[in-house]
Amino acid sequence: MLSPRSILRVVSKLLIPPILLFALYVQFHGDFGPGGGFQAGVIFAAAFILYALVFGIRNARKVAPAWLTRLMLAGGLLLYAGVGVATMILGGDFLDYSALRSDPIAGQHLGILLIELGVGTTVAGAMISIFLIFDGRDREESN
Amino acid sequence: MITPHLPILQIILPLMAAPVAIILRRPGATWALATVITWIAFAIALMLMMEVLASGPLTYRIGGWAAPWGIEYRIDKVGALVLVIVSAIGSVVMPYARKSVAREIATDRIYLFYAMYLLCLTGLLGIAITGDVFNLFVFLEISSLSSYVLIALGRDRRALTAAYRYLIMGTIGATFYIIGVGLMYMATGTLNMADLASLIPSVIDQRTILAALAFLIVGISLKLALFPLHLWLPNAYAYAPSVVTAFLAATATKVAVYILIRIIFTIFGVEQILAIMPSVQNALMSLALAGIFAASAVAIYQTNIKRLLAYSSVAQIGYIMLGISMLSTLGLAGGIIHLFNHALTKSALFLALGCVAYRMGGTDISHMRGLGRRMPWTMAAFVVGGLSLIGVPTTVGFVSKWYLVAAAFDKGLWPIAGLIVISSLMAMVYVWRVIEAAYFQPAPEDAPEITEAPLSMLVPLWLITAATVYFGIDATRTLNIALSASEILLGGGQP
Amino acid sequence: MEIFTGLFNYWVVIVLMMMGFYVVIAQHNLVKKIIGLNIFQVSVFLFYISMGKIKGGTAPIIGEGIEIYSNPLPHVLILTAIVVGVATTALGLALTVRINDAFGTIEEDEIEVLEAADDEQATP
Repeated sequence: MLSPRSILRVVSKLLIPPILLFALYVQFHGDFGPGGGFQAGVIFAAAFILYALVFGIRNARKVAPAWLTRLMLAGGLLLYAGVGVATMILGGDFLDYSALRSDPIAGQHLGILLIELGVGTTVAGAMISIFLIFDGRDREESN
Repeated sequence: MITPHLPILQIILPLMAAPVAIILRRPGATWALATVITWIAFAIALMLMMEVLASGPLTYRIGGWAAPWGIEYRIDKVGALVLVIVSAIGSVVMPYARKSVAREIATDRIYLFYAMYLLCLTGLLGIAITGDVFNLFVFLEISSLSSYVLIALGRDRRALTAAYRYLIMGTIGATFYIIGVGLMYMATGTLNMADLASLIPSVIDQRTILAALAFLIVGISLKLALFPLHLWLPNAYAYAPSVVTAFLAATATKVAVYILIRIIFTIFGVEQILAIMPSVQNALMSLALAGIFAASAVAIYQTNIKRLLAYSSVAQIGYIMLGISMLSTLGLAGGIIHLFNHALTKSALFLALGCVAYRMGGTDISHMRGLGRRMPWTMAAFVVGGLSLIGVPTTVGFVSKWYLVAAAFDKGLWPIAGLIVISSLMAMVYVWRVIEAAYFQPAPEDAPEITEAPLSMLVPLWLITAATVYFGIDATRTLNIALSASEILLGGGQP
Repeated sequence: MEIFTGLFNYWVVIVLMMMGFYVVIAQHNLVKKIIGLNIFQVSVFLFYISMGKIKGGTAPIIGEGIEIYSNPLPHVLILTAIVVGVATTALGLALTVRINDAFGTIEEDEIEVLEAADDEQATP
């Protein structure tokens, strides 16, 4: 007998991988169409939030533990600023992507790709941690 | 190799230190990181100031894109002064913060405190350094959001509602600012400050620019707590942790004043403003005066000393606005000097109160009874700060009040000069209340046995207190910077 | 008539802005205030984006044979402003949750009563 719970579980198991794939698509196609880091990060987080809604906070915390989301938060910002520092070290101004590669156009491409990746990581980490912290409050014993 | 990149390093070092603090997580390590980064930022600010004094304004293009297409960082005398003030206050507050924060904030949240502090520092420094109006909004919101979090970390549960109210009012202010920026962009097509300054005279008669000016002034007035938009300030400063109050009271509103100076003098220019909205001068002046008197009057009746000093801050911001609204060289110079002086004075006073809170657990007037004998160094610093608040000669407060009175006479506004003197008398009343409780009332019998505050808190406190006396006696350097900056700002065009 | 149809987008912006502002000021519930703030910010986004549209322009992505593009700069500005708005909303809601824990209510008038009681207790 199919209960409503089962329908939710099966459908979300079918949906979550395409959501993650779509997030990556939006991330990397930001320079050809609507997209970019922020949108992709939110869609990526939406997959985790769907998982948390259907399968429970405890399981979601096993997939996205606190140390991982904290690392994503910090790492994305460090990646963005790191690209800027790298461009400075390689001789250009801050965030002058042309300095990243010998060919300026390839440098611009690489630079935008990396910083959007940084933005996407931070946003995904932020959205996931906001949801999991808000939702897990009554059940956890600390803060 | 480093020196041409100094402007961006000023921002990037605190910005990158914040996620590192989140990764590090241990209270001692994050405190050390925050202190070292703040000291480096102070050194960079001093180097930038010396370079600006030697060779004029500095510019830096982000991403190699030339202005006005790209974002440009532009540092002139006023901006460099604000950079030095913010990083100096931070450098003094950070060594103090180690014991104070450990006492007032839960141990597992201390690393978050330092991360938010670094982000707030980034935002404040970025506002002073940028030459692009939208970039200014981004830094404004970075500093505002982190200060909401910092205030909410206070012990008292009223800190939460204070942070919430500050959030609502601050976001409305920032949104008004962004509406003003949008209207300016609609009329001129550029977001670069220098470019706007050259394009605005040609579109000055459009109603769009009039609306833009109105939105910008109201939005920034919410951020700088101009009467009657100051309602968020008393509770926010009263219930925040001591370190947060000391840092924010000395920096956040001053940076908002800097934004207003940029809008009025650099982007629009005095002649343009008087051409389209001549009543703004009277409006700002009357609001400033109302703020001085209303806030000083309410301060006299407060029993929580932090809240008393918060209302006093609203009054002091009224003085700064009074100087600016005179739209004259002397008035603007007086406003800029009072900006610097108030930062020193208020941070000294709040650091002293932080020492009291560290030993006594609270900052009510009942906690201050008999403290003059039991914590002599702390209360002596408080007395010096109070004298500077009143404007006694040989303190820094006297220099700025003197300049404001001189500016009022210069414009023929005798009544205003008289009002400035009368309000100093009101400051004397509320400072006397605290001094009387500390020195002339005996300690209650059930008072805990306490000693002086620890050395790591006393040394920064006395460093700032000594600075208030030093810059009061030898004010030539600050006066020169303020006067030359105000002359250039009023000359129209880019300083 | 031209005033309504020609400046339609500005009318929408003004109506939303005033509605959002009214909700922030007049509502007592903390969550509703945040929602009002959101409406207020959305009106600003609409203002910028409708300002950036050029008659006959397509999306600002380089393509073959397209002459007129809409202005891409407001889009970028609004992306930043949306992120700031999301962060502000998240922070406001987190504060509301903590206020609910500390005070037991999220109605502003009840909180004021409790705060006044705190003030009474503090002054000996």
